[in-house]
Amino acid sequence: MSYALEIKGLKKTYDNGFEALKGIDLAVEEGDFFALLGPNGAGKSTTIGVLCSLVNKTAGQVHVMGYDIDTDFSMAKRRVGVVPQEFNFNQFEKTQNILINTAGYHGIPRAEALPRIEHYLKRLGLWEKKDNPSRALSGGMKRRLLIARALIHQPDLLILDEPTAGVDIELRRGMWDFLKEINDQGTTIILTTHYLEEAEALCRNVSIINNGEIIANSSTRDLLATLNTVTFVCDLADPLTEVPIIEGYECLLASPQTLEVEVDQGQSLNAVFSALSSRNVSVTSMRTKTNRLEELFVTMTSGSNG
Amino acid sequence: MSQLANYEQTAKNFGNPNWVAYKTIVRTEIRRFARIWVQTLIPPAITMMLYFIIFGTLIGRRIGDMGGFDYMAYIVPGLIMMSVVTNSYTNVSSSFFGAKFGRFVEEMLVSPISNQTILLGYVTGGVARALLVAIIVTLVSLFFTRLLIHDIFAVISITILTSVLFSLLGFINGVYATRFDDISIIPTFVLTPLTYLGGVFFSIDLLPEFWASVAQLNPILYVVNAFRFGILGISDVSLVYAYGILISVTILSYLVALHLLSKGAGVRS
Repeated sequence: MSYALEIKGLKKTYDNGFEALKGIDLAVEEGDFFALLGPNGAGKSTTIGVLCSLVNKTAGQVHVMGYDIDTDFSMAKRRVGVVPQEFNFNQFEKTQNILINTAGYHGIPRAEALPRIEHYLKRLGLWEKKDNPSRALSGGMKRRLLIARALIHQPDLLILDEPTAGVDIELRRGMWDFLKEINDQGTTIILTTHYLEEAEALCRNVSIINNGEIIANSSTRDLLATLNTVTFVCDLADPLTEVPIIEGYECLLASPQTLEVEVDQGQSLNAVFSALSSRNVSVTSMRTKTNRLEELFVTMTSGSNG
Repeated sequence: MSQLANYEQTAKNFGNPNWVAYKTIVRTEIRRFARIWVQTLIPPAITMMLYFIIFGTLIGRRIGDMGGFDYMAYIVPGLIMMSVVTNSYTNVSSSFFGAKFGRFVEEMLVSPISNQTILLGYVTGGVARALLVAIIVTLVSLFFTRLLIHDIFAVISITILTSVLFSLLGFINGVYATRFDDISIIPTFVLTPLTYLGGVFFSIDLLPEFWASVAQLNPILYVVNAFRFGILGISDVSLVYAYGILISVTILSYLVALHLLSKGAGVRS
């Protein structure tokens, strides 16, 4: 099995003595769509910083696409594209020039970079803005520019640090589709995000980091399977005056036309529907009360904090 | 899509990125100072014109000859070097600090280029601006005096060496700077006094023996006098000594700047 990223015993202690990473181990397979989750200050950005050489590690080993960053950082960097959390491009440069420069820093001559830039700017809906100064772009456009910049040298590993922060829902969905497409073409993607439904929708594997330690690391499906209870919110066709009693299930009437039902792992939803049908209660729509990954995330990180 | 596939293939196979990266940094740097030419190219011309008018024409007439030349001709080499020193230094310090402040220095740090390439790119940008300003100031000086070049090799080599040295020093300043104030402190409180005391307007032969010895600790004295030798054929210091100091300080500055960049001082956590 080949790994896009292998981290062993990674530690980072800042000059002020803060221990941001306490010896984490992480492995991301090639082709994976991987989520690195954690609350603010957990160590996500420090980990990404080490991978792209913006943070000097204190100890540990990191291999990117098989290259040791201690001995082959230049080769490792050729294989990685990074979409940072903040807009770190020259706000006075034109959109296209930012990409020409980044291509140049990766050794791609201008003539070769231009058609590639055209492809990505068109694909990300920025082509019309190519001659605009980057400061004139909207927040969503700036996010897409960061993605185009990270892809300009066709990396094998794409790392995205909160890529959809502050982006509206429609645009976020568009970016999801784009990232899925990139992943389908073989690019390994590591994503950190605060939108946990994003990780649930996109990522096959998840690690949760908290206080500089990895506290969970498995497939998204396996991790979600550890949840014992899911609360379903049912919208009803007609208002109810009292909570229907369904044997084996905890029910709550949140409003006259909103019924919440707790379903334990292994329990069937069919029994709920049968019971409601027998009482002539009609369900018009249904959803989970909270994002499942979010529920798990809160449980795990609060547990480890406490 | 097949066209894109070709690009992808090329991307995987690209060779040493440093030469293209170097050209990219230099182009970006030149574009930066050219874009703000009103701030970068015009002020030195106006400042030097004022120096020529006030010190050369008005005061110089009362001073008479210095070193066998009329005073205006005597101060021109020093004023050209003053422009070279100031512009190479401020170009690199402000540009690198700006890249740090705007965080777009990270574009370079995450890319596979070597620290040497980054350093050389910035230094070349500083040298380019210094040379352009030197040409502008020289052209302005021609309105006030005749310039006959005594030693073209000395003129070119001292100009380039000086601009390289002060670009490197500007880079080191940019590395350590954490606020905009930090990049103006050295030019204001160190470079300007050293330049004024570095023999731009007078020969150190005019100083008492003690102060003449103190003046020899000023590196700008060697820059100004070596360049004056190239233009007028006169110098207060030995040319060999001047080259020796300039070359050794430049090498030392290069090693310090490279070490700081490799360590990630000011740019990496």
